[in-house]
Amino acid sequence: MSDTAEELFRRLLEKDRRAAARLITMVENGQPEAREALRLLHRHSGRAHIVGLTGSPGSGKSTLTCRLAQHYRSLDRSVGIICVDPTSPFTGGALLGDRVRMQELSGDPEVFIRSMGSRGALGGLSVATNDVINILDAFGKDYIIVETVGAGQVEIEIVKFAQTCIVVTMPGAGDEIQAIKAGILEIGDIFVVNKADREGALRTLSDLEMMVETRPVREEPTWTPPVMSCIALEGTGVEELAGAIDDHWVYLRQSGMLEQKIIGRMRAEMLEILNLKVTRAAGAVIDSEGRGQDIIKRMVGRELDPHSAADEMAGLLAERELDVR
Amino acid sequence: MDKKTRVFLCKPGLDGHDRGVLIVGQALRDAGMEVIYSGLKQTPENVVEAAIQEDVDVVGVSLLSGAHMALVPRITTLLRENGAEDMLVLVGGVIPPDDARVLECEHGVARVFGPGSDTREIVSYIEDWRESR
Repeated sequence: MSDTAEELFRRLLEKDRRAAARLITMVENGQPEAREALRLLHRHSGRAHIVGLTGSPGSGKSTLTCRLAQHYRSLDRSVGIICVDPTSPFTGGALLGDRVRMQELSGDPEVFIRSMGSRGALGGLSVATNDVINILDAFGKDYIIVETVGAGQVEIEIVKFAQTCIVVTMPGAGDEIQAIKAGILEIGDIFVVNKADREGALRTLSDLEMMVETRPVREEPTWTPPVMSCIALEGTGVEELAGAIDDHWVYLRQSGMLEQKIIGRMRAEMLEILNLKVTRAAGAVIDSEGRGQDIIKRMVGRELDPHSAADEMAGLLAERELDVR
Repeated sequence: MDKKTRVFLCKPGLDGHDRGVLIVGQALRDAGMEVIYSGLKQTPENVVEAAIQEDVDVVGVSLLSGAHMALVPRITTLLRENGAEDMLVLVGGVIPPDDARVLECEHGVARVFGPGSDTREIVSYIEDWRESR
């Protein structure tokens, strides 16, 4: 089997799922050959509705994702699902179990599910996730659902650039709502209280509603995020959620916010990649050059503070006329 | 570049017991691999579709139900039909030695790890195979 970039790209457009899967692997591994394929497929992407789904562990994200995908399949729409789970920073390994909650989808070739370990490379995760989104987009998926645990900054970065961002929570945890405040409240376009048959659901729902009402006004004042309840396991509320996702899509298009979001995502994508390249190049200079080492030594000796050190390092890179490509 | 070994662990057929496969999964994870678990009661078709989408290097099949002579050959046949015969297929669980030999010699299974297998043995088998490629 031929694995050249052009060949994989051609097979991707012919809806060959092995080619899509192989390209994703190359992107995850940071293999340089993937670059050419990404270049070719970029003009074929931009059609999918990208939906981010985040929330604390155990809130039912995977089950909800499964139900949403089933709903889309009943309407004959194709779905790509990206599940990001943490990689152990100690061993580099990961146990990715989201498929266990998505069994009803397995075997349907129109649903492409990919489990990703976060792998913890410097900023590398959001770059890789964006690449995978673009691959599935060019592969022709109508909806792409990106599911992450809403724990760290990186995960928030990933869902932030989805066109519609869903924040999932569940009843019974007072602190849960408190935790949602920090950073996540601002990014949610739709809030879901899952497991709504549990005690305290109404309370959680009204707490959330109040927080959404009083949240800082963003640039898009005409969209008020709905707060909805779901019982994902039974499928209750899933159709309504899908309706809200479509409403948000219509809002994005009519208000011109979609274009703004796409511009924002393109800008962020490019900056993330650039950031990665600069960091790598600077790291290489520090490791290989005496003057780089010297900067660190002076920091350790408390002669040089980190901010001044970074300035000096930037000067050193400029002197080298460093080409970070 | 960071080429991680990706392993898909699956439980095909009517078999409700996954303690063993999860222990293997933890051992592989702790050895730095990315392990994807299917959950219980999969069909061979589902297993193969998932292995392809996840683009794994290794498919680990766990069976305690006694249906291994029906399900495992079906999985390896489907892998071959989908052009995925390059994936390493390992089998674990309660497999009588005679059946294990047939699976290894005639049905494209690289190795059967029976009850009492040391997880370190499974880890190093996969690592050696990866290195030899």
